[in-house]
Amino acid sequence: MPSTLAGLLQAGSLVLLLALCYRPLGDYMARVYSSEKHWRVEKVLYRIVRVDPAAEQRWTTYAAGVLGFSFVSIVLLYLLQRLQPFLPLGFGRGVDGDTVPPAMAFNTAVSFVTNTNWQSSVPETVLGHTVQMAGLTVQNIVSAAVGIAVAIALVRGFARSATDRLGNFWVDLTRGVVRVLLPFAFIAAILLIAMGVTQSLRSGVDIIAVDGSQHTLALSPTASQEAVKELGTNGGGVLNANSAHPFENPSALSNLFEIFLLLVIPVCLTRTFGTMIRNTRQGAVLVAVMGVIWAAFLAIAWISEANPNGPAAQAAGAAMEGKEVRFGIPGSILFGVSTTGTSTGAVNSWHDSYTGGAGGITLLNMLLGEVAPGGVGAGLYGILVLAIIAVFLAGLMVGRTPEYLGKKLGRVQVTAAAISILVMPTLVLIGAGLAIALPDTLGALGNDGFHGFSEVLYAYASAANNNGSAFGGLTVTSDFFQTTLGIAMLFGRFVPILAVLALAGSLAQQRKVEAGAGTLPTDGAQFGVLVGGTIILVAALTFFPALALGPIAEALS
Amino acid sequence: MFSLLTRQTAAAVRLLVVFTILLGIVYPLAVWGISRIPGLAGPAEGSIITSADGTSIGSGVGSSLIGVDPVAADSAADPFFHTRPSASAEDVLGPGDTSTSGGSNKSGFNTDLLDAVNQRRALIAAREDVDPALVPPDAVTASASGLDPHISPEYAQIQVARVARVTGLPVAEVQSLVAGVTDRRVLGFLGEPTVNVTELNLAVAAAAQR
Repeated sequence: MPSTLAGLLQAGSLVLLLALCYRPLGDYMARVYSSEKHWRVEKVLYRIVRVDPAAEQRWTTYAAGVLGFSFVSIVLLYLLQRLQPFLPLGFGRGVDGDTVPPAMAFNTAVSFVTNTNWQSSVPETVLGHTVQMAGLTVQNIVSAAVGIAVAIALVRGFARSATDRLGNFWVDLTRGVVRVLLPFAFIAAILLIAMGVTQSLRSGVDIIAVDGSQHTLALSPTASQEAVKELGTNGGGVLNANSAHPFENPSALSNLFEIFLLLVIPVCLTRTFGTMIRNTRQGAVLVAVMGVIWAAFLAIAWISEANPNGPAAQAAGAAMEGKEVRFGIPGSILFGVSTTGTSTGAVNSWHDSYTGGAGGITLLNMLLGEVAPGGVGAGLYGILVLAIIAVFLAGLMVGRTPEYLGKKLGRVQVTAAAISILVMPTLVLIGAGLAIALPDTLGALGNDGFHGFSEVLYAYASAANNNGSAFGGLTVTSDFFQTTLGIAMLFGRFVPILAVLALAGSLAQQRKVEAGAGTLPTDGAQFGVLVGGTIILVAALTFFPALALGPIAEALS
Repeated sequence: MFSLLTRQTAAAVRLLVVFTILLGIVYPLAVWGISRIPGLAGPAEGSIITSADGTSIGSGVGSSLIGVDPVAADSAADPFFHTRPSASAEDVLGPGDTSTSGGSNKSGFNTDLLDAVNQRRALIAAREDVDPALVPPDAVTASASGLDPHISPEYAQIQVARVARVTGLPVAEVQSLVAGVTDRRVLGFLGEPTVNVTELNLAVAAAAQR
């Protein structure tokens, strides 16, 4: 079978798998977040932590819960890393001895709590199993549940009428963990082991190879974290090579399964949205927009990667630098486009070695605000904010107060939406601009010319969008990069969350208005085009100059 | 506002402690427990290939998932099939550092990478005594993990004649050993065809000993 046809069948089977899950999983999640009944294990949990699950919260209380939980998470994760020498299963791992230095521990803590999962260490030599399990695996699950909770609060803002209550953050968080992420991750982890992923409590295994050389291969409790690394769109590798490492992603089958896992919740959440507002066509429009962007980006990146223009790739005969044979170009590009369209940031091939076109697509995918289909929860609230902007723009054209899903979009709503989408570009452009202005940055680049600029732009795009993938040639160990990237992750995560929750609060307070003759229909192809156009337009206007200096220049070289 | 934050944060501390026990200890250990059942224990512990005499896990001769380039005692009589280059290797070819994993992160316009590709092509063509144009892309590019156990069937093919000559095995037998570790695409359309170098070298060594 020709490689191209096989690659198309591979992408097609992925879409088919997602389509099969769309209704059942989407509707299941809608029930999870709408049900009045608490599971027995949840009731026990609420009693232990002394929260009243029946108490509905205002948006401010909900937001305080998100911030408080995330703050505590950062502190605990920081302490766990710093206390590694005193914890079991540490195996003396660390930097220069058995400790994790403060700056690295802080960066990792912020990174995993904000669902970025940017790796600033080589995990198999720095982090012991206790930090991996009790620290990182926990945040892989709960940071994803926080994202879904925020998205559900926004959906309730549309669904509810004349109330100042958005639900209970502790209940939403707990249900996301107990009913969605944990059970599915558990099943996925077992399947991954069956496909060859490791799950060991030993530090490593000694082998004497065929040539007599001795090696110690690092082992870890990989599968339990790998499953939720993808399912929760986290992306931080248990091992340094991430999903390129054969112990994390052993075969073409596990590769497809991991891509499926990282897409399935963001895709199905659009159905959850449609079901909760009792109009599933509204969700179908959004998932169609996501799907068209994803497919178009996949096509562009694939064509570019199959026809490399760099002299080194041409000399090699194909762009196989930084790719694994078992995945090939189609399996690598499928992963790369999916991981940057969600906020996953896991990689099975090095984006820094991609061609200008394909690398530029992974960068642009993040700069769109990660909505194709976006991170768990973050993708849904991201595209809903952009839908609000689209309705607002359409309203400006006809000169009337716009409304979306029966809610008027006035000054408050549009301001909140605008703040939410402007934070990321601000962080990316100021961060990358500052970094480029510093003379030291030149020494940190792994490649020169246009590609070197792309490395810096990619780093801030990845941090501000909580993606976590990297053009890894850039050395980010300096205090400047550690600090500014850490700030970008924090603001890129929590400012949009606060804006979205404020938006949700203001929407819930409104009474629903009946659709009139002048109401823009938002459940058809016309609106899909409008939202897609808005997504592209906002990103293009903001980032075209920067993209022209990096990937576009390289692609045209 | 302040009291609201402190009250919520206090609840957060309690919930995080419970979640750390449930998700950070119970969940991974439960997965580990299930991975002890026969059939899963092998992959869970690194897909280690134990030596032909059947000794226990821990004294393996390799992992079927990890590729480390073997070094011949005498480079003029090299009996091994070679893996792809590793970015962590000291020279353009040769074994990578197995204590870590990763790629070169060099772009297609990187002149160092261009030099490395050209050097590798010349070295491999000389080693195998073939036309440099026959050296396939995966042979001259560093893998993503630095530990790629696989090569393309094309790269295996150009190594067959040398391995047969040095080991004294008939070319047809080496060909059949290659075929034995060659996997077509999973389900016919996932990924790319692969040849497992780690398994192949063990099979060749076993055949040569007979």
